[in-house]
Amino acid sequence: MAADSLIFIFLNAAVINNFVLALFLGICPFLGVSAKRDTAWHMGLAVIFVMLVSSVSAYAINWLLVRFDIQFLRLICYIAVIASAVQLVEMAMKKFSPALFRALGIFLPLITTNCAILGVALFQTFREYDFLQCLAFSLGAGIGFTLALTLMAGLRERLELANVPNVSQGAALTLMLAGLLSLAFMGFAGLGGQHV
Amino acid sequence: MTLPNQEEKVTADTFLRGLWEENPVFVMLLGMCPVLAVTNSAINALAMGLATTFVLLCSSILVSLMRKLIPKQVRIATYIVIIATFVTIVDYSIQAISLDLYNALGAFIQLIVVNCIILGRAEAYASKQRLGATVVNGLGMGVGFTIALLCLGGVREILGTGSLFGFPLFGENFQPWVVMILPPGGFFVLGGWLLLFNWYRQHRERKLMEQQGATASGS
Amino acid sequence: MNQSTAPQTPGLVTATPSFAMLRTLSLVAGLSGLLVVLAYQITLPLIEENKRIAIERALFKVIPGAVSRRDFVSTAGDIIATGDGTDEGTLIYAGYDQQSRLVGVALEAAAQGYQDVIRILYSFAPTCQCIRGIEVLKMAETPGIGDKIAKDPRFQENFVRLDARLNADASALANDILMVKHGTRTEPWQIDAISGATISSRAVARMLNDSAQQMVPKIMAYLDRLQDAGGETE
Repeated sequence: MAADSLIFIFLNAAVINNFVLALFLGICPFLGVSAKRDTAWHMGLAVIFVMLVSSVSAYAINWLLVRFDIQFLRLICYIAVIASAVQLVEMAMKKFSPALFRALGIFLPLITTNCAILGVALFQTFREYDFLQCLAFSLGAGIGFTLALTLMAGLRERLELANVPNVSQGAALTLMLAGLLSLAFMGFAGLGGQHV
Repeated sequence: MTLPNQEEKVTADTFLRGLWEENPVFVMLLGMCPVLAVTNSAINALAMGLATTFVLLCSSILVSLMRKLIPKQVRIATYIVIIATFVTIVDYSIQAISLDLYNALGAFIQLIVVNCIILGRAEAYASKQRLGATVVNGLGMGVGFTIALLCLGGVREILGTGSLFGFPLFGENFQPWVVMILPPGGFFVLGGWLLLFNWYRQHRERKLMEQQGATASGS
Repeated sequence: MNQSTAPQTPGLVTATPSFAMLRTLSLVAGLSGLLVVLAYQITLPLIEENKRIAIERALFKVIPGAVSRRDFVSTAGDIIATGDGTDEGTLIYAGYDQQSRLVGVALEAAAQGYQDVIRILYSFAPTCQCIRGIEVLKMAETPGIGDKIAKDPRFQENFVRLDARLNADASALANDILMVKHGTRTEPWQIDAISGATISSRAVARMLNDSAQQMVPKIMAYLDRLQDAGGETE
């Protein structure tokens, strides 16, 4: 795989440098929403959508900012776009799927403060990806996030039936689990290396 | 504890709350991302803590000063713009102070803008309290956050590299526990601290109940 | 954001007028813009200075003997001296000694390593047509294993005089720069890998080869231009 090929960028974002388990982005929803597989899955889908929208918007905005040489407004513009994108998703969800909207509850507006979304926008800017690369990147990031979230949800659902010491219940245990997952994902490193 | 809409008188508790009872990381579980990401060394942890405290203070001050002027409907948007402004200022300031530090902290400086602590404080406290209380509370939260970061950064650096703030602690033969400065290490160490915290709190509660039980049955 | 026109207390109709919202948002936006621009202007010279110091620190380390520098950009068919950094192309840093003689040129190179992209600065000396040193600018390799590419003195020995001679018609390198297994280096254009860190070592070899194949013929072709600029260094 060439280093900058779309497949590589996708795999890199999804698995090799997983946004949650390797880059530590999106931990708040990761800890908060990963209790049930169902909510985790739906949150993941919402995040994928918001990431795609934000990624495309960020690309467009950055192009504009560079054109007028006002890059110092970048952060403010990005976060405004993300907040709007989340608002959009919220309204769309309310209209087309009210049950899902209720299920996600408070977590939907909290996607705005999900560092993973802003992280996608910032990283693609730093790495100067072109449009297609941005798409591959945000898609990979979203899918990687959903993957981590649903894996964790599956584990936690099993744990509810297990005999867990009182002291570690809650966030402490989730974090230990996340550590193990992160350790497992480290095995994907080197996946992109060329075999010259 | 004051009711959410009551204007609070500034006391020592206003500051100390942020350190222990309402510690943003260990109790409220907010702002986790930087806690895990930039704590692979103590100096990075300290820098991030100070930067976050600065943004928290400045944005809280501005929100508190303008609290009568901000209509309810646009409050979140306003808070976010204010926070983003100060984060941008901090971003440039750190670049001007030390490029090495800037590269070490990476994108997480700009990610301070989505740190739930800051938005949470603006919404829950700064928008309702006078300037004095806001400053003291913000300081408490910021210091509490920095302490949490240092706890993590310190442990990870000591175990992962055998040094603290760059000063080697152990001799040549120390085999560093490298995983501690890698991502899984962050999760394990934070989980460990939370475990400790929980244990201590349960211990205190049990002690309190025992005392109450003793006085109830004794007298 | 939706407007609320619901009465808040009986008998008192208080609608938040659009005016109030617009006023606040404009005020905040204006204040924000002012603060950000101020901060930007104040810190810009400091940041530029920091960047210059960082580049020169790495530069004078990989080009031993250099005391001043001049930047060039390699464009489609040419190598031109660059002024304000707006020219498109690969940056070439030329290092000159006290007597304004060209000591070497430095270039950046990058490739995917084990965990993430590795970025290095390497120097090429025209007199011996060899690479004289590398400096790792950025990497995320495994501490204690992959990160030895930056710290291991035996790995650094590879680059004291890494052969990068041109072939007969000066269109490419005579021999590809290759990584070989630890302890099996026989030729001056080979790089001895770090035992246990093959992928990181191979990345370094790959980026050096890619960059040198492309840039060395060009540098040698435009050598006099690089040498003559010694009198106008920064």
